[in-house]
Amino acid sequence: MDLFEYQARDLLASHGVPVLPGGVAETPEQAEAIAREIGTAVVVKAQVKTGGRGKAGGVKLADSAEDARARAQDILGLDIKGHITHRVMVAQASDIAEEYYFSYLLDRANRTFLAMASVEGGMEIEQLAVERPEALARIPVDATVGVDTAKATEIVDAAGFPAEVRDQVIAIAVQLWDTFAKEDATLVEVNPLAKAPDGTVLALDAKVTLDENAGFRHAEHAALEDAASADPLEAAAKEKDLNYVKLDGEVGIIGNGAGLVMSTLDVVAYAGEEFGGVKPANFLDIGGGASAEVMANGLHIILSDPAVKSVFVNVFGGITACDAVANGIVHALQLLGDEATKPLVVRLDGNNVEEGRRILADADHPLVTLEDTMDGAARRAAELAA
Amino acid sequence: MSIFLNENSKVIVQGMTGSEGRKHTQRMLASGTAVVGGVNPKKAGQSVDFDGASVPVFGGVAEAMKETGADVSVIFVPPAGAKNAVIEAVDAQIGLAVVITEGIPVHDSTYFWAHAQGGSTRIIGPNCPGLISPERSNAGIIPANITKQGKIGLVSKSGTLTYQMMYELRDIGFSTCVGIGGDPVIGTTHIDCLQAFQDDPETEAIVMIGEIGGDAEERAADFIQANVTKPVVGYVAGFTAPEGKTMGHAGAIVSGSAGTAQAKKEALEAAGVRVGKTPSETARLMREIVGA
Repeated sequence: MDLFEYQARDLLASHGVPVLPGGVAETPEQAEAIAREIGTAVVVKAQVKTGGRGKAGGVKLADSAEDARARAQDILGLDIKGHITHRVMVAQASDIAEEYYFSYLLDRANRTFLAMASVEGGMEIEQLAVERPEALARIPVDATVGVDTAKATEIVDAAGFPAEVRDQVIAIAVQLWDTFAKEDATLVEVNPLAKAPDGTVLALDAKVTLDENAGFRHAEHAALEDAASADPLEAAAKEKDLNYVKLDGEVGIIGNGAGLVMSTLDVVAYAGEEFGGVKPANFLDIGGGASAEVMANGLHIILSDPAVKSVFVNVFGGITACDAVANGIVHALQLLGDEATKPLVVRLDGNNVEEGRRILADADHPLVTLEDTMDGAARRAAELAA
Repeated sequence: MSIFLNENSKVIVQGMTGSEGRKHTQRMLASGTAVVGGVNPKKAGQSVDFDGASVPVFGGVAEAMKETGADVSVIFVPPAGAKNAVIEAVDAQIGLAVVITEGIPVHDSTYFWAHAQGGSTRIIGPNCPGLISPERSNAGIIPANITKQGKIGLVSKSGTLTYQMMYELRDIGFSTCVGIGGDPVIGTTHIDCLQAFQDDPETEAIVMIGEIGGDAEERAADFIQANVTKPVVGYVAGFTAPEGKTMGHAGAIVSGSAGTAQAKKEALEAAGVRVGKTPSETARLMREIVGA
């Protein structure tokens, strides 16, 4: 889960990382009130989970509280790369003497954590890594040891931080690790980490990604979810514990197993090329069990998507054999009753496949078409949606 | 021969007394696997009956190994306890720890991976279906009755795609099928399995299944080019996955331009791997290679 900047800032602050005073506003009036409280010039920043806010007009300076209100008025509602701005952060404006970069992240390839630091902050780090790799220190962090003052010193010195900020950055490096480890983050990135003219080092902008698998030990993280801008179908699926992702096509997809469902989307998209570019409407993994209730819940979500014109149910019967899956589909259609209005193409394969196909054939549901192969079923489903 | 698991493997199950552990222990026993014990400190000294087979429960992995000679542990312990379960298996120096559990925080898996370095335990998973050497031993949740023993080696990030491929090529059969798991940090990689299949005299050809996220497939492609002389057929899932969305598996996410299916397919093809457009086409490519 990626956090908004204001959430990341609050999280960092709760672990002692120095940040500037500020707050988040959903209306121009709230922005004005926060600016008045701060009492200095402020910066008004769009809260969207994408880069390039500045160029898109989503970051503005304001000299006064009235000005902050006007700038918030401009920014709220702004579409930045498809992300609508629902909130702005209003923070004390700061003069910047120098900009640095600091992050901790999960290094998948090396199965370890990685600290990255540079005294050349402000720019996109991907760009820096390509153009001036020697300016970016990359220090692995052993997950069983973590970052103490000695390790933080190693990182800070490798990046060549100037002597006058060295101790401050070392302390911040430990606080950022504290955030990364205790919050179960996979990314904590401060860019820029800025030196103010008075020599104070502050986190001016931050990105944090939290591990959703760690939610069981962070009840407080649930409140950070952006429920308001979640897709309504994704939200409904989540309530039913279904692994669903909304896409922009016409063929609804249900399958078991993440890999098989991803593969099903691809096969439908290939087949759809023949039928004017028909595409999959969603990802939905109902897991190994594929019980009637889960199948009914899944179908319910998919059939409530107005874009869906046909549904492809693609199940491999392994642990749950095909006869049980077939009974699940028949029962699910009974549970749905009149709600089931769109054609269903079913492909079953695996254990007891003949029995599974016989059950579906005997049920003879007017909406159900049975296909023998995944490729053939994808083609049929695409054709029905064209 | 087979890799990592054979007819002499003695398997214990951490979390055997839970519902998933119990269900799959039953299935492993039914497929002929030598399940010699379970581990649960709260139920030590008891035993669990599986259709007449009584399997003893031990208080710890080290004790279970000492009493039974077990060399494989299959771990079903729920996410909150999984880290300690793996550490216990590693500290007991078991040869193979198969972590089935889905939903382990990545800080925990990164920790137990680091902890296992320099030790004698191979970790498979987490968030994986385990591995099977058909008709010999089955450590995990892979259905045992969909294929037979044979000459194809299979390594995959995905469970059901593994089953699909096992089923499509069931007349040829498999030496070993390894589900390495869909998490961002896993113990045994595509490369580890490719090396083992290359070294296994029984394996004649290899199917490698990947999916979006990370760069494991790209690195496997480099490895194949340099080290694998046996034919490899590949499949990659997730061409239609949108950027920034997790597709079921915690590790299956395209980040910016990194981790796309297209890049993985191109890397594999550049390494001489024939990549199928669909699972069925991948199976057909394998048939052409083994002439069946």
